[in-house]
Amino acid sequence: MSSRLTSGGRFVDRGHPVTFSFNGRTLSGFEGDTLASALLANDQMLVGRSFKYHRPRGIVASGAEEPNGLVNMGEGNRFEPNQRVTTTELFDGLAARSQNHWPSLEFDIGAINTKLARFLPAGFYYKMFIHPRPLWKHVYEPFIRQSAGLGQAPKEADADTYEHFYAFCDVLVVGGGIAGLQAARVAAKSGARVILMEQTPHWGGRAPVDGGTVNGAPVDEFVEQIVSELETMPNVTMRTRMMGAGVYDHGYVLGYEQLRDNAPAKPGPRHRLWRIRAAQIVTATGAIERPLSFAGNDIPGVMLASAVRDYLVNFGVSAGDRTVIVTNNDDAYLTAFTLNHAGRTVSAILDARSPDLESPAMVQARALGIRVLAGHGIAAVKGGKRVASVEVCRQEGSGAVTEEIACDAVAMSGGWSPVVHLWSHCGGKLTWDTDQAMFRPDVDKAPTGADGAAFVTAAGSANGLMSLAETVSDADAAGKAAARAAGFTPKRTKAPVGEASEEARMEPVWLMPAQADYEHRAKAWLDYQNDVKVSDVQLAAQEGFESVEHTKRYTTLGMATDQGKLSNINGLATLAGALGAEIPQVGTTTFRPPYTPISLASIAGDARGEVFQPVRRTPMHDWHDDNGAHWEPVGQWRRPYAYLRQGETVSQAVNREVLNTRRNLGLLDASTLGKIIVKGPDAGKFMDMMYTNMMSTLKPGKCRYGLMCSENGFLIDDGVVARIDEDTFLCHTTTGGAESIHQHMEEWLQTEWWDWNVWVANVTEQYAQVAVVGPNARKVLEKLGGMDVSREALGFMEWADGEIGGFACRVYRISFSGELSYEIAVKAGQGRAFWDALTEAGAEFGAMPYGTECLHVLRAEKGFIMIGDETDGTVIPQDLGLNWAISKKKEDFLGKRAQERSHMTDPKRWKLVGLETLSGAVLPDGAYATGAGVNANGQRNVIGRVTSAYYSATLGRGIAMGLVLDGPDRMGEVLEFPGTEGATFKARIVDPVFYDKEGEKQNV
Amino acid sequence: MSEPVTAMGGVAASGGIAGIREAERQGMVTLRGDLSAPAVGKAVKSVTGMAVPGAGTFAQKDGVALCWMSPDELLVLCDYGSAEGIVQAFDAASGKAHLLAVNVSDARASFQVSGEHARDVMAKLCPVDLAPGAFGTGMFRRTRLAQVAAAIWMPSDDSFQLICFRSQAQYVFDLLSIAAQPGSEVNHLCSTG
Repeated sequence: MSSRLTSGGRFVDRGHPVTFSFNGRTLSGFEGDTLASALLANDQMLVGRSFKYHRPRGIVASGAEEPNGLVNMGEGNRFEPNQRVTTTELFDGLAARSQNHWPSLEFDIGAINTKLARFLPAGFYYKMFIHPRPLWKHVYEPFIRQSAGLGQAPKEADADTYEHFYAFCDVLVVGGGIAGLQAARVAAKSGARVILMEQTPHWGGRAPVDGGTVNGAPVDEFVEQIVSELETMPNVTMRTRMMGAGVYDHGYVLGYEQLRDNAPAKPGPRHRLWRIRAAQIVTATGAIERPLSFAGNDIPGVMLASAVRDYLVNFGVSAGDRTVIVTNNDDAYLTAFTLNHAGRTVSAILDARSPDLESPAMVQARALGIRVLAGHGIAAVKGGKRVASVEVCRQEGSGAVTEEIACDAVAMSGGWSPVVHLWSHCGGKLTWDTDQAMFRPDVDKAPTGADGAAFVTAAGSANGLMSLAETVSDADAAGKAAARAAGFTPKRTKAPVGEASEEARMEPVWLMPAQADYEHRAKAWLDYQNDVKVSDVQLAAQEGFESVEHTKRYTTLGMATDQGKLSNINGLATLAGALGAEIPQVGTTTFRPPYTPISLASIAGDARGEVFQPVRRTPMHDWHDDNGAHWEPVGQWRRPYAYLRQGETVSQAVNREVLNTRRNLGLLDASTLGKIIVKGPDAGKFMDMMYTNMMSTLKPGKCRYGLMCSENGFLIDDGVVARIDEDTFLCHTTTGGAESIHQHMEEWLQTEWWDWNVWVANVTEQYAQVAVVGPNARKVLEKLGGMDVSREALGFMEWADGEIGGFACRVYRISFSGELSYEIAVKAGQGRAFWDALTEAGAEFGAMPYGTECLHVLRAEKGFIMIGDETDGTVIPQDLGLNWAISKKKEDFLGKRAQERSHMTDPKRWKLVGLETLSGAVLPDGAYATGAGVNANGQRNVIGRVTSAYYSATLGRGIAMGLVLDGPDRMGEVLEFPGTEGATFKARIVDPVFYDKEGEKQNV
Repeated sequence: MSEPVTAMGGVAASGGIAGIREAERQGMVTLRGDLSAPAVGKAVKSVTGMAVPGAGTFAQKDGVALCWMSPDELLVLCDYGSAEGIVQAFDAASGKAHLLAVNVSDARASFQVSGEHARDVMAKLCPVDLAPGAFGTGMFRRTRLAQVAAAIWMPSDDSFQLICFRSQAQYVFDLLSIAAQPGSEVNHLCSTG
């Protein structure tokens, strides 16, 4: 059984017990434990069920590479699935549940799949669920969904907050092991700004566990010494619990900082995503031990040899009372010595290497009285929910059992793989190291920046240098090289000297025993999390999958949340073996960020809730909100769609606002309309190019409605232009067009007409603008007093500066409603006060605010087009009968030549007309008019579509505009518009101006 | 006649890791012109008494500051009441220079972020190197603040002032408040090192 020893454990504080729960059972651990170490201390070997076969699974590793120990953490609005027990720090009240089992972890019905394993081979889903197609949606998908997936999706909104942080440095060091520390130290001493990050809560990596000396002192003292030195340096930022998640172009790195996953009661954000620009990056990310592929290597109790000694040294937790060690290298002997030192029984060391190999480690083991069986391995592990024994066999051969050894833990080591992920993210290449059987960074093919120079350096075991002595000196060189590349001069210091060790070489073992039969290969796991076995990869090869990328997707090898940290090398070696190819020829799959999964919320950062998007507010926003505004998003603005009174529906409110504006007085907050100043000696020339109309002839004091087209001829914006003086125009744009039209103007000025003397400025937000509309409009302004707004003093389509009610203002006599109308601009800082003054003074004239829908109805009654309704990016002004606004005198304007193309002048282009239903009903917006016959696809021919449709309270019936084939020539014809629910609307083609055709009302 | 008001009526928030408050009304004039043209420099000098500032900096004299926005744009900061006069002065002084001066005092909102952790708070929102030594007093930077445009400078070693569009004042205030929430110290950039 696994248990806590009576003493020991570098990380645990035995004075501070912590209570937590697993599957509802209350357990205890110590401060400093991970959830994994605490579970093992409580003899909880079984932590989950596997993905496909629901096999019992236990903890395999001690770090980020753990494939099995995934749990549902927390509850309610703090629930999160797939949390790794090995990287989850224990805290008081932690509540975790195991995943992927039903009805319980101990008894799981899905485990029947393991009996069906022969029928669930690689590619099973692809083969099984192809035919017949009609079953995809309602039979196959629900079945696959039921059996797939590990953790559950959270059901409630996350209660925590998250943030980003932008940081810049000269040298970024990822990994706070001995290599990262040394690299950071020498880089920092050069004066470079250094950020050093470590994903665990501790500095030093695994060096203190594995032991040895540096400069004659124990390695843990060396670590402490560097850490305290770095802590005093002002140019160094050190962060634990922060993972280097990804390396991107131009030295961009994401650091994922977990601020209080270990202490949820602390205030502040939960995760912080560091967005770092580094001149140089050092990846000191260490290495990961590989499992060995033997039958039953997934039974709880089978662990990585390094993990077994991590739990012992760091947490004082023993994985078993009697441990069998199986290895192809010397490193695993450290585990034997550590166990032996802690008084645990090492039942045997099965060393798969050649029987004639002699290493100092073997000698030392035998001297300690440990039985070493050279040339041997495991034929199969016996046991169900935990290890009971191992069957021993010779490595060479097919697995004849020579003896059975009872034990409760197996510590395995298949060699080490450098963590090359961050090196590879941005294009760093790998090379195969035959001696150590590992892919390591190819130092000649580092990721390169815009200048073609390398910007990533790998250091220490991440660079394939596995001994303490090599690691320390390599890290020293890497730190200096990075500092130099970042433009600093490293100090000429000697590299620390690590204790040399004498090791016999490892021998690659990709299958144990070498000639294992099918039964055994089908129980030898490569990918624990996705349940991929040696036999699956071999089957894929047999079926013709030669590319490692294809094999990955076919078998799902390495596609789980751990992205194959333990399985990739073993899997591709197996594939290479099956294909009879060399490992480097097969190659690796692509390493992509993030290194381990990061929370989606950290990527969103602050962009959620109220600040999910910037909402733009006019100076009168709060008034609208207090007075029943039913909001409509218009770009990033919020505009009142209508103002609801007590008991009113939205459409009732709109109808009331329409009638009141036509009969009395309406007030519209028009502040969102774009206002762009165009100034300069060449302003007239520029305006003539931007607009289809002639603008240069406009007299100061006058206004003109204008159209803007793209260079492709399509109508992009419209609005009223006012000429302020000889050199200056003010252009009104649509609400959504303010920024884009400003950019459009800048682009032409900066790229094409850079020598024209014109400047533009977007002054949209300088002004609050109110449309005062209706028969009583003049009355309210006269009551407020100030400038002369009479017909004589301020005619239709004129503007004037002055004062109204004490407010300095600019008044435009323009109308988008067909009524007597003034649009009045005041300083934004006085917008609310001006609005208040108007509503108060207007009360006796029946003033009511109106929203955007009323505005739409009023303009549609007048047949005025709306950008975005009558236009959709494919409509030209000629389609809308706006030929009058297209100058024929001008030599050129944007869109002119495009509008002369054959398709643009085609008389069969659909043209704007008014539409009136025979019944008076409102046509569905966007409905199509059907013509005779069908098209090549057997669909009914269409001859037009509705672009705007409203209920007109003024006329008491539905009105619409639409684009219709030969529309203006078919006045009076009745078209059919099929609706969505079987109904067909009949509508007559009419003039688009429904109200006050002579335009008398606006001109009073 | 009513006095013009700021976008948020001088709102303030404390209790977080930095103080946040809306700045007083500020006069602002956008000046467009080719800053490398001698005639423009002359006009700037005659109106403000200052030379055109270098890229990424600002200059100030007698309560007026000239902030470099781009090779063809300056932002003039002044008393709220002086902006119109400065626009008129530029119009009068432009001479041969081709200039556009326009009052944008009401188009913007302005906030101050202050305290030991001010740099940390701003670095959560702006992709700018705000380390002491990389950014400090006398510098002026147009940048992005989360999802909106902003310009920032440091009135003192532990405080920032920023300007954004008026319509986005609420968004910016909310953002700053979240970025300064208690317990969110980063301690990467604070002036104590």
